[in-house]
Amino acid sequence: MKQLVLLGLVFAVIGLAPFVISSEFTLNLVIMVLYAALLGQAWNILGGYGGQFSFGHAAYFGTGAYTVAVLQVQLGINPWLGLVAGGVMAMLVAAFIGFATFRYGLRGSYFALVTLAFAEVLRILSNSVPFTGAGVGILIPLDQSAANFQFASKQGFFWVIWVMTLAAFATVWWIGKSRFGAQLMAVRDNEDAARALGVEAFKVKMGAIMLSGLFSGLAGVFYAQYFLYLDPYIAYGPAISIESLLVPIVGGLGTLFGPLLGAIGLHLISEATRELIGDLPGISLVIYGIVLVIMVLFMPRGLAGLVRRLWPKPAPAKAQATEGGHA
Amino acid sequence: MPDLAIIIPSVLNGLTTGALYALVALGLTLIYGVLHIINFAHGALLMVGLYAVYFLNATLGIDPYVALLIVPPLMFALGYALQRGIIGKASHGRDENILLVTLGLSIVIENLSLFVFKSDTRAIDTPYSFEVVEILGAFLPLPKVIAFAGALITATLLWLLMARTDLGKAIRALAKERKGAKLVGINTEHVFAMSFGLGIGCLGVAACLLLPSYYVNPQVGHGFVLIAFTIVVLGGMGSFVGALIGGLIIGVVEALGGLFLGESLGQIGIFLIFILVLIFRPTGLLGHKV
Repeated sequence: MKQLVLLGLVFAVIGLAPFVISSEFTLNLVIMVLYAALLGQAWNILGGYGGQFSFGHAAYFGTGAYTVAVLQVQLGINPWLGLVAGGVMAMLVAAFIGFATFRYGLRGSYFALVTLAFAEVLRILSNSVPFTGAGVGILIPLDQSAANFQFASKQGFFWVIWVMTLAAFATVWWIGKSRFGAQLMAVRDNEDAARALGVEAFKVKMGAIMLSGLFSGLAGVFYAQYFLYLDPYIAYGPAISIESLLVPIVGGLGTLFGPLLGAIGLHLISEATRELIGDLPGISLVIYGIVLVIMVLFMPRGLAGLVRRLWPKPAPAKAQATEGGHA
Repeated sequence: MPDLAIIIPSVLNGLTTGALYALVALGLTLIYGVLHIINFAHGALLMVGLYAVYFLNATLGIDPYVALLIVPPLMFALGYALQRGIIGKASHGRDENILLVTLGLSIVIENLSLFVFKSDTRAIDTPYSFEVVEILGAFLPLPKVIAFAGALITATLLWLLMARTDLGKAIRALAKERKGAKLVGINTEHVFAMSFGLGIGCLGVAACLLLPSYYVNPQVGHGFVLIAFTIVVLGGMGSFVGALIGGLIIGVVEALGGLFLGESLGQIGIFLIFILVLIFRPTGLLGHKV
């Protein structure tokens, strides 16, 4: 309950942003942080709470993005409907990948490799078929109106991403409290033991990958409407998959607020490097890579772990045992 | 149905490419077999090797085949240092952490070279780059035939090393039983780093054999890394013979896929094999157990 209150407070404070920030540049930064937190929270559901490390979350992101773009450009379907369709399509792709891999008990490194390969297959396909615009990409024509999911000011986009991200965080809060979440974390900590206790590991993992895919797909829909341009490399390339996993790892795996901390931390780092070194090709990714290595080497519990170490909770030994799921 | 006059050269070409893939995969399978880690930085390190060969040629005029005496030892040292200094310290008891660290390393290496070398594609010019050899009525580029032979020789040497030397014995012991190996006095950290170094050294050999018929740019590793994973999985993780056979199969599949479906779509064949093998036979053709 305390977490829910904290969550409400945090999002209420973030919700003040459009009222107190007048600069479009700064508001854009807040939007991008929320968007990164959404991507990261989506990954966190499967990777942090479920322990299944996906290296191919671009598969869901790209599917959401392409769905809304293709429906709009090729069939003239309203992007708000496209939003729903994009989320559902991403969830279906996730269900397919989950079914193919979990059915045969793929775990660990094998799961990471298969998800990477699926994202690559989708990238090559979207590069080859005509209706996605192939290698040239797809451009959503500019037609600014709220009914068209294209806002003249950044504020409209802010509220969209705020609602999406809040939904993802609320879902993860629920996961932390629910029976489903407890089973998911049991599977993460020891799948064989969980199964011995009667947890249906396959079903639980399917639930996690579909939720994860749904929110990644929504992030993709948002990206498409915000930037109005997609190509196979943006949608299905490795950059999105890497960002998705980097955010919760930096912030704190399997914690509610980890992805938000990670998103803020990474954006601070990349803004700082831009200030210090300038906008040079590849340099921000170099920094991301270094951050990833350092985090794994020295802070495997992320920023949330650091916060925890600075302000340790006077918790009884019992609470320590279930600590994995709480921020 | 295209006739044999087209198919045979295509298959032979695929075999020569496949041998090079196999060489890249040999390093990967060695590292997996011993350390049980998947080295995501493999493609990026191959790229480093290719740049080394390129600059030795472009600035000092050293022939890529002479560079075989220089680049593989350097790559070996780099691999040894990486394992000992970074990768080995990262696991904290979870294999996923090693995946993440090697992923991080590959991002750093790739983008650093993008930063330093720009995205230009570079190739070297040797007097024999365009020589061809006639085999079974097909004309194959000389460098590819040499690479084919080189890959087979390297695989044999590697096998001899594993089977006949003390180091090979220590590596095999460590692969089978970590604690036991430690108990009989094997310096595990050193042997782990030696294995990683050997795997990266293989990349050095691959780079020297590859460059005369290929090119280098910061993204060049990408194309190889998933292919190498596919081969390793197809052949059975940790199996040398499997990697060799897997490499040849993938080379031929790619060549025929390209012939029938076109360059871009032809690659899908490789990924489909990868996904199917991982799902239905994750132990691979010659592997024992996952």
